[in-house]
Amino acid sequence: MQEIRRSDTRQMPRRRFLDRLLGVSVVGLATAVVYPIVRYLSPPEVPEAASNRVLAAKVSELEQSPAKIFPFGSEAGILIRSPDGEYRAFAATCTHLECTVQFHEPSKRIWCACHNGWYDMNGRNVAGPPPKPLERYTVQVEGDEIFVSRS
Amino acid sequence: MAFRGIGGWLDDRIGLEGVRRMAEEKTVPVHRHSPWYYFGGMTLFFFLVQVATGILLMLYYRPSSEEAYESVQFIVTQVPFGWLIRSIHSWSANLMVGAAFVHLFSVFFLKAYRRPRELTWLSGFVLLILALGFGFSGYLLPWNKLAYFATRVGTDIAGSVPLVGEFVLRFLRGGDHVTGGTLSRFYGWHVAILPAITVALLGLHLWLVQRHGMSVTPAEERKGGARRRMPFVPDFLLRDLFGWTIALAVLAALAALFPWELGEKADPFAPAPANIKPEWYFMFMFQTLKYVPGGEIVGIENEAIAILGFGAIGLLAFLVPFLDRGVVRVGRSPGFTIVGVAGILYIVLLTVLGYHSWVPAAAAAVLFLVPWLAGRGADSGREER
Ligand code: HEM
Ligand code: FES
Repeated sequence: MQEIRRSDTRQMPRRRFLDRLLGVSVVGLATAVVYPIVRYLSPPEVPEAASNRVLAAKVSELEQSPAKIFPFGSEAGILIRSPDGEYRAFAATCTHLECTVQFHEPSKRIWCACHNGWYDMNGRNVAGPPPKPLERYTVQVEGDEIFVSRS
Repeated sequence: MAFRGIGGWLDDRIGLEGVRRMAEEKTVPVHRHSPWYYFGGMTLFFFLVQVATGILLMLYYRPSSEEAYESVQFIVTQVPFGWLIRSIHSWSANLMVGAAFVHLFSVFFLKAYRRPRELTWLSGFVLLILALGFGFSGYLLPWNKLAYFATRVGTDIAGSVPLVGEFVLRFLRGGDHVTGGTLSRFYGWHVAILPAITVALLGLHLWLVQRHGMSVTPAEERKGGARRRMPFVPDFLLRDLFGWTIALAVLAALAALFPWELGEKADPFAPAPANIKPEWYFMFMFQTLKYVPGGEIVGIENEAIAILGFGAIGLLAFLVPFLDRGVVRVGRSPGFTIVGVAGILYIVLLTVLGYHSWVPAAAAAVLFLVPWLAGRGADSGREER
């Protein structure tokens, strides 16, 4: 129907101009669609736990069992009562591949079940794959309540 | 050269040649009603937008009564362009239902449902019902006050149908009340069940369209078919793409200028707000029920009779290809055309009454008049030449 005479040189520049214009518009349109999507896919910074200090446990709780996992912001923390009655708190996130650790009562050490990683009562990595010690938190006892904060 | 190589390689394995021949052979008749052929494709475009933006929303949305509202709030306030994605999903949902309604009425008036396209009509009709289901289930997902109470009302209405009402209500709500369980259920319908059924039916619908080619009206047929046809590839396809670009522009403008509201979080223990309303495409039914007086005839509540009436009308519309004998025998059925016009007028009038606003009437007028005038203009323009 719309026949283009390719030999008609006078027509070509206009045609090429329109083709370019179309090309630029299509690229512009694609960018306007793709850019917001790419930005949308990258999750926003979620603010850290509003408070750096949480009520981790009651003194009475740690009398029944020597350790407790408590929520610290969106992560887990672990609170331990040492045999001499001292409280210690660490991030419960294993420094190997981020599993949550637990207290191993018989050996009085902290154990990560995922790949058999071990930490001592000071949070030092003593055996298995963990490359670094656990992050240590500050503990304050106020009456019957045990507070943990990031130092 | 390389391209030919790849093309040839694929052709050997999956037979691209057939696809190419199919694309080459497909033509679209050109006549005064041609503009209506764009609405099916328009509906399809909005559906594709829904799939894309819906998947994106799923990345942040959380379907529980505790978190749903907060997660949507997070999307629109924290996630980069989250407000835009949500706004587009909401606007496109409404435009899709609008386009599907125009599509339905246009194929109705063009009598495209007549033999051999009965199944195209039936599958299309179910697609519209599915689109309404998408709208109804999606409305609740942000778990805001308006949607929460509208869902209570909507499911309650469905529950007043005699005999099956009780079952329908519990089936929809996933229990006796609208709770977090209802939300999980609506979410499942919205993102899994309805999409699966829709994709299957849409495949059938499009395959049938491809198989039968575009219909022409009985009047054109008596003239011996359309005098002109345009190739689907590239002529009609490019026009389709142009239409889609316009649709995208309108969509983006609406979504950016009128971001979809979130409202307040639903609270089952707070009194219902005053302006509970369903999505606009349910408004004409909702409004009709307001005019139905209380009481009962022959032991059935008036409201239930009205609901059954809508069901019966829907069933008749569904079966139109088998009811319209006139168009088969004498190639015309003005009665059906009149009933169709009356149907549009009824829907528009009750929507206007429901919103106390003329906007619905103006929108309907634009949607139906512009393609009609465009077709006439193109037609007479050609004859003069
Ligand atoms: C999700 C909703 C729907 C989509 C995506 C869709 C898509 C399409 C497309 C792309 C076409 C070809 C182009 C055209 O004629 O416009 C078509 C044709 C058709 N559709 Fe639909 N449709 C939908 C809903 C409906 C509904 C609600 C009906 C009516 C009950 C319907 C009945 C038909 C018929 C009879 C044809 C053939 C038209 C002809 O050959 O002239 N469709 N549809
Ligand atoms: S994650 Fe703890 S040992 Fe591997």
